[in-house]
Amino acid sequence: MLGSGLIKGLAVTAKNLAGSFHDPARFVTTEYPEVKTRLPENYRNFPFLVSENADDPMGTLRCVACQICEKECPPQCIYIEKSKDKKPDAAGKMQLYPAVFDIDISVCMSCQICVEVCPFDAIKMDQVFEIATPDRFQPLLLDRHQLAKPNGYFHEIHPTEAAEVDARLAAERKAAEEKARAAAAAKAAAPSAPATGTAAAPKPAPAPTPGPAAPGGGSAGTPKPPPAT
Amino acid sequence: MIAVSPAADSILERLPVILRDGFAGLFPQPLRWLAGSLLAIVAILAVFGLLFAFLTLAERKVLGRVQNRPGPNRTGPAGLFQPFADGIKMLTKEDIVPFVADRVLHFLAPVVLVAFSLLAFAVIPYGRRLVAVDLDSAVLFFFAAGAGNELAVFMAGWSSHNKYSLLAAMRALAQLISYELPLLLSVVPVVMLAGTLSATGIVAAQGGWTAGLVPHWFVLTPCGLAGFAIFIIAALAESNRSPFDLPEAESELIAGHLTEYSGFKYALFFMAEYFGMTALCGMGVTLFLGGWQAPCAFLQFIPSWVWFAVKLLALLLGCIWVRATFPRLRIDQLTRLAWKFLVPLALLNLLAAALWHLTAGWSGALQPVRWALALALVAGPFVLLGRRLSAGLAPRTYRYASS
Amino acid sequence: MSFLLVIIALVILASAAVAMSLRNLIHSALLLVANWLGVAAFYLWAGAEFVAFAQVLIYVGAVSMIVLFAMLLTRRARADAAGGADSGGRTVAALLASGAVAGTLAFAALQTHLPAAASPAPPATVRDLGASLMGPHAAALVIVGMILTVALLGAVILAATERNPPEDDAP
Repeated sequence: MLGSGLIKGLAVTAKNLAGSFHDPARFVTTEYPEVKTRLPENYRNFPFLVSENADDPMGTLRCVACQICEKECPPQCIYIEKSKDKKPDAAGKMQLYPAVFDIDISVCMSCQICVEVCPFDAIKMDQVFEIATPDRFQPLLLDRHQLAKPNGYFHEIHPTEAAEVDARLAAERKAAEEKARAAAAAKAAAPSAPATGTAAAPKPAPAPTPGPAAPGGGSAGTPKPPPAT
Repeated sequence: MIAVSPAADSILERLPVILRDGFAGLFPQPLRWLAGSLLAIVAILAVFGLLFAFLTLAERKVLGRVQNRPGPNRTGPAGLFQPFADGIKMLTKEDIVPFVADRVLHFLAPVVLVAFSLLAFAVIPYGRRLVAVDLDSAVLFFFAAGAGNELAVFMAGWSSHNKYSLLAAMRALAQLISYELPLLLSVVPVVMLAGTLSATGIVAAQGGWTAGLVPHWFVLTPCGLAGFAIFIIAALAESNRSPFDLPEAESELIAGHLTEYSGFKYALFFMAEYFGMTALCGMGVTLFLGGWQAPCAFLQFIPSWVWFAVKLLALLLGCIWVRATFPRLRIDQLTRLAWKFLVPLALLNLLAAALWHLTAGWSGALQPVRWALALALVAGPFVLLGRRLSAGLAPRTYRYASS
Repeated sequence: MSFLLVIIALVILASAAVAMSLRNLIHSALLLVANWLGVAAFYLWAGAEFVAFAQVLIYVGAVSMIVLFAMLLTRRARADAAGGADSGGRTVAALLASGAVAGTLAFAALQTHLPAAASPAPPATVRDLGASLMGPHAAALVIVGMILTVALLGAVILAATERNPPEDDAP
């Protein structure tokens, strides 16, 4: 009958109107900034530096100032100055650390190449986007104090990736310790068995020192999963 | 025929009259009528101005909720200051008049429109004793005040010196003229049944209740129901409201006859549209929904102007609901609806009203016969005309590609 | 009261006079609308409410549209080609014709003996108007209705476009 479609249409809109007050399916607006949407895990914005614990962010940075990310960054927004001295890292080995580590986020294009090439899992992508500043020059140049964030924060924003990184680093550290122990055992056994000197001689050579080679070997052994799965 | 209960004279009911008499009493006797009239004018401007402001907000919020989003909710609590923000924006915008436009007409068009729209508020009875001017031919005055609409639309379209504005103004005029006829024809049965053109008289004729529960409003008679439906459709078209808002839709010839208007004049056009819609809804309440009468006898303790406000707001919300639901009509669909559908139905409704009026004396077993005859005379042509006019158009069927 | 009548009369006459003298036709038409509004005010002053509102509704609402549409649809030059006398002969003829009409009207008005109303006329309610239209003046009403119907039919016929003969395949 003429008009039945009109009545049905009116009923649909009335249902929407009434439903928008109690049914979340009929009120899809997120009223930002009071309510923030949950960002997907793979969301990325600008990089940050991972430090092992929050109590001493500058002292426990994973970054060893190898400057690979600086060289690989396409818009060249990273500026690193190596330190003059060395500090022990999480595994105990003495490493350099970055005295200056600046990222210009007005230039950074969030391509994530720095994350992909870092051999030490020291730089990762952050998710904060509410970083607007009134001045577009100085406040958008983040130094290492602003960039350093603890590993716990990394676990919060990228739980899967952080768990994988931690597991891999722990495994590498364990493998390195095993090798060191085996090397020490071999060294201890070497003087008592001079006849096996030829066997002991090649032993130190293949025994890899923990440090650059182990994560390198680890990274060669278990390929890093790409961040965007 | 109103059963005036003691509640009809309660203090709330008489409050507006008390205030007006108090104000007019401050003036010497020869000037009291002037003071009273001025107070009525100021009150109407204030009340309907604020109603216009909050109606725009209510429209945006209701439309938003229907579309699964909140409306404006940032300016003030729940967006209550939004209309004032919009007003400030409109007032501070630059008023651009095209160089070759006819300046006098360009300026006069919104003025004429708003003036005639405001005149229409003078004859609507808002309460038992609340009518600005109690005219004997109030209904005719109301529709005469609406005649200024067409003139203003033409002036706006012509003075812009823009051929698209002129074309759009011609289309808007065609719409206004086409729907003038069903609007007036749908009111004639009410005048016939009430026996008077006076608005207060029509409201008084709808007083009384059957068994204290069922009011004698005209909308509850067959001819009144059909008349109300036709009146509402024609009222939406006369005030350029969706789904008849072809003249002002953004996708239609830019903005129709309003293309060359900016700032406050544009705001005046929209104010006039909302005033027109409010006035027509107010007249609809008066003619069909019993005006300020309460729906049941025991509800008379609520003041009459509250009942009028409730009914008016219900009709306005219905207009917003219709806007949220229906797509816009094209100009040829518009005019075809008016001339081929509404005018014949309105004329047949007149016949049904004459039948209803002449058989008012029937009682007893003849009452159902009277109802059946009137309903047949109203519903029959509706169904038949509907079938005949939509004969070539079947409901859409969809054939999907097999996946 | 007569002061009000003078003002209304001035509005009526002035708008008509200015409407005749303007070059811009649309302005003339709109001044004519002002003239009709003045006439409606005159009816209100005289106490004929119904006639006044009917005047506004019909003249300002509908006849003005007819005049404006006719002007738009028939004149190609945009409101510049307004009438003004082209030659001296036309001026003389115009003055003679208008003088003759004015003279006749003035003579008729002055010759008619209009008695002063003894008492104000009773206000005619709409009911009285309706009764008199349906009673003594019913013939006039029916004739006017027939004329309007004929005009409407003529308009429809003029506006109907030539239709192709319908196709023979059944839907």
